[in-house]
Amino acid sequence: MTTTLQVNGQTRVVQADAETPLLYALRNDLGLIGARYGCGLGQCGSCTVIIDGKPVQSCDLPVSAAVGKQITTVEALAVIENEDEKLHPLQRAFITEQAAQCGYCASGILMAAKALLDVNKDPSDGEIRAALEGNLCRCGTHGRILRAIKRAAQEMRGLGVG
Amino acid sequence: MAQAKDPAARKLPGSLDGNRRLDRWLCINKDGTVTVTPGKVEIGQGILTALVQMVAEELDISVNRIRLAPASTAFSPDEGITSGSRSIQDSGLALRHAAAETRDLLLALAAKKLGVTLENLTVADGVISARSGGTATYWELATPELLAREATFDVVEKLPAEHVVVGTSLPRVDILGKITGKVAYVQDMVLPGMLHGRITRPPGPRARLKSIATKEVEQMPGVVAVVRDGSFLGVVAQREEQAIRAERRLARLAQWDAGEPLPDSDPRRLQTLAAETEVISEKGDPATAGVRQFHAEYTKPYLAHASLAPSCALAHQEGGKLKIWSHSQGIYPLRGDMAKVLGMAETDIIITHAEGAGCYGHNAADDVTLDAALLARAVPGKPVRLQWMREDEFAWEPFSSPMVMRMNAALDAKGNIVNWGHELWSHAHSTRPGGSGGVNLLAAWHLEKPLPAAKPGNPPLPGGGSHRNAIPLYDFPNQKVTNHLIRQSPLRTSAMRALGAHANAFAIECFMDELAEAAGADPVEFRLRHLKDVRAKAVIEKAAQMASWKPNEKGDGERGRGIAFARYKNLAAYFAVIAEVQVAEEVRVTRMWAAVDVGQAINPDGVINQIEGGIIQSASWTLKERVDFDRQGVTTRNWTDYPILTFVEAPEVEVALINRPEAPPVGAGEGTQGPVSAAIANAIHNALGVRLRDMPFTRDRIVAALSA
Ligand code: FES
Ligand code: FES
Repeated sequence: MTTTLQVNGQTRVVQADAETPLLYALRNDLGLIGARYGCGLGQCGSCTVIIDGKPVQSCDLPVSAAVGKQITTVEALAVIENEDEKLHPLQRAFITEQAAQCGYCASGILMAAKALLDVNKDPSDGEIRAALEGNLCRCGTHGRILRAIKRAAQEMRGLGVG
Repeated sequence: MAQAKDPAARKLPGSLDGNRRLDRWLCINKDGTVTVTPGKVEIGQGILTALVQMVAEELDISVNRIRLAPASTAFSPDEGITSGSRSIQDSGLALRHAAAETRDLLLALAAKKLGVTLENLTVADGVISARSGGTATYWELATPELLAREATFDVVEKLPAEHVVVGTSLPRVDILGKITGKVAYVQDMVLPGMLHGRITRPPGPRARLKSIATKEVEQMPGVVAVVRDGSFLGVVAQREEQAIRAERRLARLAQWDAGEPLPDSDPRRLQTLAAETEVISEKGDPATAGVRQFHAEYTKPYLAHASLAPSCALAHQEGGKLKIWSHSQGIYPLRGDMAKVLGMAETDIIITHAEGAGCYGHNAADDVTLDAALLARAVPGKPVRLQWMREDEFAWEPFSSPMVMRMNAALDAKGNIVNWGHELWSHAHSTRPGGSGGVNLLAAWHLEKPLPAAKPGNPPLPGGGSHRNAIPLYDFPNQKVTNHLIRQSPLRTSAMRALGAHANAFAIECFMDELAEAAGADPVEFRLRHLKDVRAKAVIEKAAQMASWKPNEKGDGERGRGIAFARYKNLAAYFAVIAEVQVAEEVRVTRMWAAVDVGQAINPDGVINQIEGGIIQSASWTLKERVDFDRQGVTTRNWTDYPILTFVEAPEVEVALINRPEAPPVGAGEGTQGPVSAAIANAIHNALGVRLRDMPFTRDRIVAALSA
């Protein structure tokens, strides 16, 4: 049995059956390992991807529920221009702020943050925190991650970042 | 240098002492790169970046030339376990020295080649130049034989004042892959023809498998093998979701003998058990009565490492050899225990480290590795990837031990402490693989022919385990510190960030606040007056200054602040912190100000990152965390049962680093844990006037304390 999905702007066919959580189809069928397994229970956000503009935890979404929708994973954040990887402002800000210890939480958080910044160009501290309500970080990197998201938002609004 | 020439007679820096050959640590490559092979591993703490800096510094090369090889039993030096904030002292000092000797050897070759004396040579990024003209590069000079020799100790490392790479905040070497979705963790590895495994565990630590009808599961789609050996039960399937479904079916079909019921989960139960008792510090007359006496008792519960990624390993059995990829903190001790279980020669097992998520101590990394090997043995020739499910990790990882601290003290007429007593009860804090007389791997105890566990124990003082940081750094004229060790725990206990130092420093620093109040003294001044150590005083003064601390400042019934301090293991990082809390329905930690002194900071931003992380993690332990169990097994099995601090709740944290380039570098990962818990307790007392002594400080406990 196969299922056809729209992932990062491409049509992709996966072997996973309809009930398989999307996370396993992304990681094992498509090699998109940026979405990580943390709990499989929709509690930690490590597996977050964007589906039709909304952050979704791919570990408890069956593949069948993603059919016909636009799925974006962290692999599509950076774009390739003239063979160079051009990082997304969020990724650049994560490097500038050194917003990782083990980094296992990072890709899910980047996707939750992107979904926020796509609809809210100038989020307050409280709005950023609320947008990350479904994401856990065990290393305690919270402060740096929040600063990185603020920095990226500023840059995306075209303001100089200091 | 006019020292003895017998290298074996002298102690070399860090792990170089036990692994003296230079080529175990470094390789100068023809292509203009240097391969570094430390035995310590990245566990999220940023150690690899610091090691790169130390090597680049001594070799006078750009950091971009350095390639890090993952630690492997195939070639890496045996550096035991990456733990105890010892990687800079063990691996860093070894590499620093090995690099300095390597540079010296290369300079000697260059001098010969260029026909000049050593004094006439300079090095820039691996290019050696003679003042009189002529150059030679490391890459053309180095031969494979050059480093096939033992370190001599006859080489002087750079002075701190000469450092240009060490002491700068080099960005982490590992961050890019982690934020672009590249293969970054063992969980992401794929081997050709790889199968997926899952394990069905008993309902509790004392349960045993009575019977299982495996036929139905064997016929499920994709299932390749069902593996049963005693109470060890697992499945291998083509696809990951097939393995998960098969495992769920196995769990439903398995019949278990429950075994003896588990006891109550209250930490105070420790005081009712037979203990090995040892007085670890005694000074003056511990019966000194002063003019007023005080007592208090503090507790902490079982805690979980709760790594964000459940543990994972890959195993591949082929032709009598076993290849393993694991995020173990100690690949050599793990290999030793695995060899015993599998009845193999150690040399037939090759374990290569691959990073996992942050682990904060001995989690299930080692256990999952044996599990994967047991499954791989059932499907020879096929690699097996096994990741534990979230529920497995919460139920079966080794936990941090519960502890009870009973404190007593006496004040004199001036309000100074004239007597101090600290008695503690705890299970063991170290049951890692490599213990003597047994095997410390979960599955080994479940096999048909089980191998017994090694005797649980503690690392010895001065570092210590349950007694880590139990001896106060304060100067008291009379004192007595007593350790009651209860080795056997109903739930397995082992090393977690700071070991006993978390609970001991928590108790000491809370009790100091209670005594300061009784003496009518300001808690900052009270600490300073009982300390002689100038570096200790400096971090306390710095934190107070950062927070604009006002002597005897009062809380207002909702908001309050508290301070705490410790020197980790009494010999490593100095750390002082002030916490601000806001109490409404629940305790919210709103801000933290901290000062830290780790001696020479190899990478200042890396130190600050670790300190910030330790602060937030400890705040989470203090406010929210507790592993619970019923008569059968662990009941806290997911993030709802075991909540941790969220992005909404995370405090603002400000960290100041007191850099002391002349002082030896020490680790930064663990010294935060006890003081943060105490600062929060002290802040709650400052805000509300109630004293919480049992962690975690949940809403129920606040309510109970307020109505008491
Ligand atoms: S893995 Fe999906 S929410 Fe945790
Ligand atoms: S950086 Fe390790 S979980 Fe967030």
